[in-house]
Amino acid sequence: MEPLVIVKDLTKLYDLRGNFFESLFSREQRYLKAVDKISFKIMPGETFGLVGESGCGKTTTGRLLINTIRPTSGQVFFEGTNLSTVHDRETIKSLSLKMQMIFQDPYEYLSPWLNVEDTLAEPLIIHKILPANQIENKVREVMETVGLTPVDMILPKFSYQLSGGQRQRVGIARALMLNPIFLVADEPVSMLDVSIRVGVLNLLKRLKKQFNLTSLFITHDIAVSRYMCDRIAVMYLGKIVEMGPTEAIISDPKHPYTQALIAAVPVPDPDIRNEEIPIKGRIPSSGVNLPPGCRFSPRCPYSDKCNATEPELVEIDKDRFVMCHLVQKK
Amino acid sequence: MSILEVKNLKTYFFTPFGTVKAVDGVSFEMKKGQAIGLVGESGCGKTTIAYSIMRLVPLPGKIVDGEILLNGKNILEIEEKDFKKYRWKELSMVFQGAMAAFNPLFKIGNQISEAMLYHIDITKKDAMKRSGELLELVGIDKDRVNNYPWELSGGMRQRAMIAMALAANPTILVADEPTTALDVIVSGQIMDLIKSVRDKLDLTMLLITHDISVVAQTCDEVAVMYAGKLVEKASVSEIFQNSYHPYTTALINAFPNIKGPNIDLKGIPGNPLDLMNPPEGCRFAERCLYAKENCWVDEPHLEALENNHFVACHYWKEISMRK
Repeated sequence: MEPLVIVKDLTKLYDLRGNFFESLFSREQRYLKAVDKISFKIMPGETFGLVGESGCGKTTTGRLLINTIRPTSGQVFFEGTNLSTVHDRETIKSLSLKMQMIFQDPYEYLSPWLNVEDTLAEPLIIHKILPANQIENKVREVMETVGLTPVDMILPKFSYQLSGGQRQRVGIARALMLNPIFLVADEPVSMLDVSIRVGVLNLLKRLKKQFNLTSLFITHDIAVSRYMCDRIAVMYLGKIVEMGPTEAIISDPKHPYTQALIAAVPVPDPDIRNEEIPIKGRIPSSGVNLPPGCRFSPRCPYSDKCNATEPELVEIDKDRFVMCHLVQKK
Repeated sequence: MSILEVKNLKTYFFTPFGTVKAVDGVSFEMKKGQAIGLVGESGCGKTTIAYSIMRLVPLPGKIVDGEILLNGKNILEIEEKDFKKYRWKELSMVFQGAMAAFNPLFKIGNQISEAMLYHIDITKKDAMKRSGELLELVGIDKDRVNNYPWELSGGMRQRAMIAMALAANPTILVADEPTTALDVIVSGQIMDLIKSVRDKLDLTMLLITHDISVVAQTCDEVAVMYAGKLVEKASVSEIFQNSYHPYTTALINAFPNIKGPNIDLKGIPGNPLDLMNPPEGCRFAERCLYAKENCWVDEPHLEALENNHFVACHYWKEISMRK
C-alpha cells in the first residue's frame, strides 16, 4: 500500500531578525528552528501521533502538512503530489477539500457572528459542492454523526451558547463537511473538561472507522496518544527523537526523553508508585541556540558527552526509529 | 483531633444574572499531617472552597453560611485585620498559575521574605537568607532571590510559589491546581516536589485538582465534588478500589491509562451543570446511567459507610453490586 502522506526532510525556520531595518543591519542570522529535517510516512487509514511538550514543533508540523504554511526546505507529498510545488489555485482548492484541521481551542476559533447552521454550511457554500436546497440536509446529517443532538435545538445557537464539548463537536463537524480523507487534530481535547474528553476522543475514533479517515493526532499527553494512535513520533526541539508503533514504544521506550514523558504521567492507582522522572531541567525556551551535538544531551541522565555529533534517527528494529547515540542497532 | 473542620459551607456568587451557588453545603475535616485531594471538573466549586478557607472569596462572591473551624475556632468570625495573622502562618496557599500570583515589580526574595517579616521576629537580612534556603528546598539556586518573577521560567515560578507558601512555617497548605499551566514533564517534577516537601515538613495539605490520578500518588484521602457538593469521600486506596458514586467511577475511568491494558473508555454523557439553576433532586441525575425517578426529586445526602467512606447517592449499594 502506498503511504497517503510522505514527509521528507521537512524544515521550517522562523527568521528572528524582526523588521526590515534589523535585517539590514544585524550581522548574524538568527533563526528559530521550529521543525528541523523530519521525515515520516502516514499510511491510509492510520492515526499517526505527534507527541511532545509545548514548543517542540508539533503544531507547526501539522500546519505544514495541510499546507497552510510553506516549509523552508523539504517536501510534503500528499497522494503523491508535492505540496510545496503546487501553486495554481484550482489544485490547491481541490487539495484543501481533502484535508481538514481540528483546532485546539473551540472557545477561540468559532466565529461568534455565525450560528451553528451557518458555521457548518459555510464550507459547502464556498466550495459550491451542493445545490443550496441540499445544504441543510447535509448539515443535519453531519450533526447527527458527531452527536450534536437534538439537531433542531442546536442549529440556531451561537458558539457562546454552547458548552465546551458541543463547541468542539461543531469544530469536528465543520472539518467533516467536505468529506475529507485526511484530518489533522491539534490537541482536540486539551481545552475540554475532564468528563467530556473521553466522549470527544471516542467520537474521533468512531469517525476514523466509519469514514476510513487518515489522521495526524497532535497531543502533549502520551497517555492520550496511546488511546488514539497506531503509531507515534515523539518530538523534542523540532526533531523526531523516537518513532514507531504506539504499544511498542510505551511498553519499551528507548529514548531517555520518551522514558521521561511516560514517567511523568500520573498513574490512577495508589498501589503503583510513580517512578521518579529521570530527567532534570526543562525544555529550552526556543530552538534558537541549540546545544551542540545531541540537542537532548544537557538534560540527558545517561550521558553528557554526546555533544560532539548529532545522532541520526536510525531504525534499530523493525519499524522502531530512535535518535540516540546510546541505543544500539539490533 | 481535627485541625481544620469545614461545616456546611455555602459560598454564593451574586451576579447580575442570578445567584451562582458555587459551594452549596460542603463539610469535611482534616487531621494533622493528612493530605486530602479535592477533585472535580472546572466550575464545580473546588477553587471557591480554597478561597473560602483563605477568606479570599472575590466579589460578588460571599460566604453565606457555614463554619470553618481552625483548631476549633471559627475563622469566619474573626475580624479581617486579625485574620492577617492567620494567612501564610496557619493557612497558606499555592495559587493556580504562578505567572499571575507574583508581583512583577519585586524581587522573588523580597516577596518570600514579606510573609516572614510579618509573622516571625526576623531581620530583613536573615529573612533574605532564609528565602534562599527555601528556594534550595524547592530545587532552585539560592542566588535567584535577587531575580524578578519574570526572569524565571514557568516551572521555576511555580517552585518559588511553593517556597513562598512555606515561608512562615504554615500548618495547613492549600494547593490549588499547582500544575495546570505547566508542561507535562515539569508538572510531574512539581508533583514530586510537593510530595517530598510534604514528607519533610509534615504538612497538612488540601490539594485541589481536576486529575484524579494525581491524587492517587500524593494524598491520603479523596473528596470528589460535583456541582458545588461533595458526592464521595474516602481514603485513596478505598476509592480506587470501590468507588460507589457513579460520578467518581466515571472520573477514574475518564483518563487513558499509560500502564496496564489499553481498554476502551466510557465518557460521561451530557455536560457539566449550570450552577445558576441547579435541579431539585440529585445534581448528577441527568448525566447518571443509573438514575431512577426519585433521583430527580429527592436530593441524596452524604451517608457514612464503613471504613470512613462517605457517599451521596440513593443507589450506591445496587450500583456497587452490579459492577
